[in-house]
Amino acid sequence: MTAGLNLHAIRAIYTYEMARTARTLLQSIVSPVLSTSLYFVVFGSAIGSRISHVGGVSYGAFIVPGLIMLGLLTQSIANASFGIYFPRFVGTIYEVLSAPVSAVEIVTAYVGAAATKSVLLGLITLATATLFVSVHVLHPVWMIAFLVLTSITFSMFGFVIGIWADSFEKLQLIPLLIVTPLTFLGGSFYSINMLPPLWRGITLFNPVVYLISGFRWSFYGISDVNVAISLGMTLVFLSACLGLVVWIFKTGYRLKT
Amino acid sequence: MSLRNATIDVRRATSQIGSVSPVISIRHLSKTYARGQTALRDVSLDIRRGEIFALLGPNGAGKTTLINIVCGIVTPSAGRVEADGHDIIRAYRAARSLIGLVPQELTIGFHESVLATVSFSRGLFGKAPDPAYVEKLLRDLSLWDRRNSQIMTLSGGMKRRVMIAKALSHEPQILFLDEPTAGVDVELRRDMWQLVRKLRAAGTTIILTTHYLEEAEEMADRVGVINKGELILLEDKKTLMRQLGKKRLTLVLGVPLAEIPARLGAHPLTLSADRRELVYAYGGNGAEANIAQLLADIAEAGVVVKDLRTDESSLEDIFVNLIRRGP
Repeated sequence: MTAGLNLHAIRAIYTYEMARTARTLLQSIVSPVLSTSLYFVVFGSAIGSRISHVGGVSYGAFIVPGLIMLGLLTQSIANASFGIYFPRFVGTIYEVLSAPVSAVEIVTAYVGAAATKSVLLGLITLATATLFVSVHVLHPVWMIAFLVLTSITFSMFGFVIGIWADSFEKLQLIPLLIVTPLTFLGGSFYSINMLPPLWRGITLFNPVVYLISGFRWSFYGISDVNVAISLGMTLVFLSACLGLVVWIFKTGYRLKT
Repeated sequence: MSLRNATIDVRRATSQIGSVSPVISIRHLSKTYARGQTALRDVSLDIRRGEIFALLGPNGAGKTTLINIVCGIVTPSAGRVEADGHDIIRAYRAARSLIGLVPQELTIGFHESVLATVSFSRGLFGKAPDPAYVEKLLRDLSLWDRRNSQIMTLSGGMKRRVMIAKALSHEPQILFLDEPTAGVDVELRRDMWQLVRKLRAAGTTIILTTHYLEEAEEMADRVGVINKGELILLEDKKTLMRQLGKKRLTLVLGVPLAEIPARLGAHPLTLSADRRELVYAYGGNGAEANIAQLLADIAEAGVVVKDLRTDESSLEDIFVNLIRRGP
């Protein structure tokens, strides 16, 4: 153990979580890639053929950032929430709680592993998309930055859900009832400028709009809202999740009795 | 020994060992859970370096809560715990890195291999990979041949061994074994006893809780009895057996007696219902028996003895008697 930081522990948890991905390769990688392909078939080809261009970009290419973001959000939450919930459920969490590991190290390892998987998944989805449409990334550095930041943020959110949940039903509750609808209504498959003014105003309360908009800007230079606001909203959400995690470890909420 | 005396023994034992730098020092530890259940009440206890300490108590007595607090899994309501001088909360890194825990339940991942899970535990406790040590550990626990097996394919006994390997993976100085042999067969239990003795010989301090009192009797240097959250007895096992252990000498008579002869009236003898056995109870509270005088008096009284046998109360008898009295 190096002074101040248990790097071996971070590596152990991170490696363990990544090995879990390898064991569940079909569920972790193949399934999201397949569903992305299906989205392209349905939205890109069937429906997209009737919509020529959005903001100067072909509809098939337009939905690529939204599709990546959809997978990123759901997988980040699913990976991180399951990663911490399962040890709680089967009782193996005792080992982490009794180890000389700080809250920072635990979160870094679990969230880091979940975010890594999500980023990989995002890149695989992007690669899959290029099989269907021509995709051009205008700001690759910003694209990676949004990809990484969003993965970390929603992995942290998933970690919080994994701590909060006391049943598998609750584990699915927020992703299914809140995150997925917000993502679908957040401009994954359309520009919010296509909406009537009232709905456009309401949609701006959806935080996912800012994530998708910023991400799409990094691809095509077009956005529904100012990119600085998108970045700011991502950071605000990251800070909120971070605050929740700090509170969880400070109080031992659902971790220690 | 009365319960009051037992309580005094706890205080005396705690104060006596306070001066010999205990490896674990527990002071005024209490725990009340959020739902209002009090699991521990003002427990003070020192664990000596290198000893095997058996913590006994009925279900729900507070044994696991005590262990979980020391290991950092449960937050204490009051009191202080130090592991080798390190406060378990303020200096949790130093304290926890000294401690290994084998929990009561078989809480273990099922999909990873034996080698992977043991290596994971070692890393978690801040130790760099050491394949040679892990190999030796797995060989000692007869797990090396199954190192690449998924844990779900192992028997219950093998899984228990894996739990021990995980707890020992970071070379702890203090090992907690919470009901280590619950549900394992006799052979494995003997193997584990042997392992525990080896660990102790290597300088590891071992604290075990058990329902198998023969286990405590066989292995422990000292015994603590906890009941309803209170430590009601703390004593060296041998002293405990001497002080609380009752012995019984049964003399099988050649000729049944109508009554105990007056010459034997000075001895605490009872005549069995069938009048064929004389029973002489002695021991307990350190009382010495005068067997030689008894046998001489029996000979002088003309009582014909054709056989004799002795019985000694076990730790189990002592434990049951203590628990029956209540705190």
